[in-house]
Amino acid sequence: MAFVLSPDAPLRDWLAELDAQIERSASFFAGRPIVVDLSSLPQSDPDLDTLFDALRARGIRVIGAEGTDGLTPAIQSLGGPLIGGRPLGLYEVPDDPPEEPVRPDPTSMVLDTPVRSGQTIVFPPGDLTVNGSVASGAEIMAGGSIHVYGTLRGRAIAGVTGNPQARIFCSKLDAELISIDGLYMTADDMDSFRGKSIHARLTGSSIIITEIK
Amino acid sequence: MAKVLVVTSGKGGVGKTTSTAALGAALAQTGQTVVVVDFDVGLRNLDIVMGAERRVVFDMINVIQGEARLTQALIRDKRIETLSILPASQTRDKDALTSEGVAQIIAELREKFEWVICDSPAGIERGATLAMHHADVAVIVTNPEVSSVRDSDRIIGLLDSKTEMAKRGERIEKHLLLTRYDAARAARGDMLKTEDVLEILSIPLLGIIPESAEVLRASNLGTPVVLSNPDAAPARAYVDAARRLMGQHVAMVVPGEKKSFMTKLFGRRVA
Repeated sequence: MAFVLSPDAPLRDWLAELDAQIERSASFFAGRPIVVDLSSLPQSDPDLDTLFDALRARGIRVIGAEGTDGLTPAIQSLGGPLIGGRPLGLYEVPDDPPEEPVRPDPTSMVLDTPVRSGQTIVFPPGDLTVNGSVASGAEIMAGGSIHVYGTLRGRAIAGVTGNPQARIFCSKLDAELISIDGLYMTADDMDSFRGKSIHARLTGSSIIITEIK
Repeated sequence: MAKVLVVTSGKGGVGKTTSTAALGAALAQTGQTVVVVDFDVGLRNLDIVMGAERRVVFDMINVIQGEARLTQALIRDKRIETLSILPASQTRDKDALTSEGVAQIIAELREKFEWVICDSPAGIERGATLAMHHADVAVIVTNPEVSSVRDSDRIIGLLDSKTEMAKRGERIEKHLLLTRYDAARAARGDMLKTEDVLEILSIPLLGIIPESAEVLRASNLGTPVVLSNPDAAPARAYVDAARRLMGQHVAMVVPGEKKSFMTKLFGRRVA
């Protein structure tokens, strides 16, 4: 069984339509034998000779031509027109657009600049890493954990989407406030850890800070 | 290529206008053409510090509203030929500044001068954001004091997000000018140390200007300190800072280091 393409004049418009079809179903013509029915085209169409090249350029494998008695060089190169054959009706090319590679949404965010006073960084989908300091008066929030490779002087709020597993790490603690899953701790309660590298996590209903050595 | 420089700080009273005048004069002394532009509409001071307050006929707002041409509003300094000042209006408020008007003026100044130095008003409102909007370079004036440092940090955040360069995805060049630095108080620990300020703000240091009565005197005289007393420590520090802005490498002098050597020699006898 072969599929039959029936080009009609003007050929340029027909090719444009064909391109649109290929766009919609990218893999349809790949590897399929195609017969070109030339009966709707005037035998003297000057574009006829270029038609086969145009089809081949689109990756369509033409195995023969029918509906013509013309013996142009292009048809001769296919071994002359085909005769016989039985039409099986029209075939609708199924829509099959090329698949977009599915990229999962990022679950972490990395900042390479310091977070300045007055700035707020919010990243609900997951972990937030700051490669720099977080200034006094700045606020960083994440759905997951927060990592600060610098001095944390502002506020860090982890697990904002309700995640008690979230943690806060920073290489130097000087924070105004830290919070995990809605529980918070202010500077007064962290005095003994000021200036140290710390790791904060939630145990039961209290924030536990441990020094990283 | 003209450079547009904004002198800004967030906090008031840290020395923006003094620094604008001093840097402008120091750059102009090297023969480069400089204009200092006052953006503090309603509270203009730069004209006084530059000693041009009685020569103001037209101001920036007149130019924006089409009542005067830019050349009519520019005042040429009497001491340095290559230095000009564009005064702000004292009778209007900051709403008279339009972003189109400012863009137009900055574009014209870029063609006339090698350095366009914008003296920003304090705060983070309209006047300050318009002053920084077209800048290529920012000088952040900071006192070694916690509130000033935090306000500067806020301003740096705005420079990185609200300026024309930031919107193009480029990073504006930023320099820290530490002013009113008192060596004795820094040694006693009453003031933030230079390295603490640098650590918090993490931008390169342009210069350290020592606290000095000379600065106040210059401002009252209406003469930039680099002209009133070129040998004074703050004057030399401003000249060095200007040379660094021009891309020259000048060794950083921390005020008081030399003096502390002197007090080591003579101080003991007093004590």
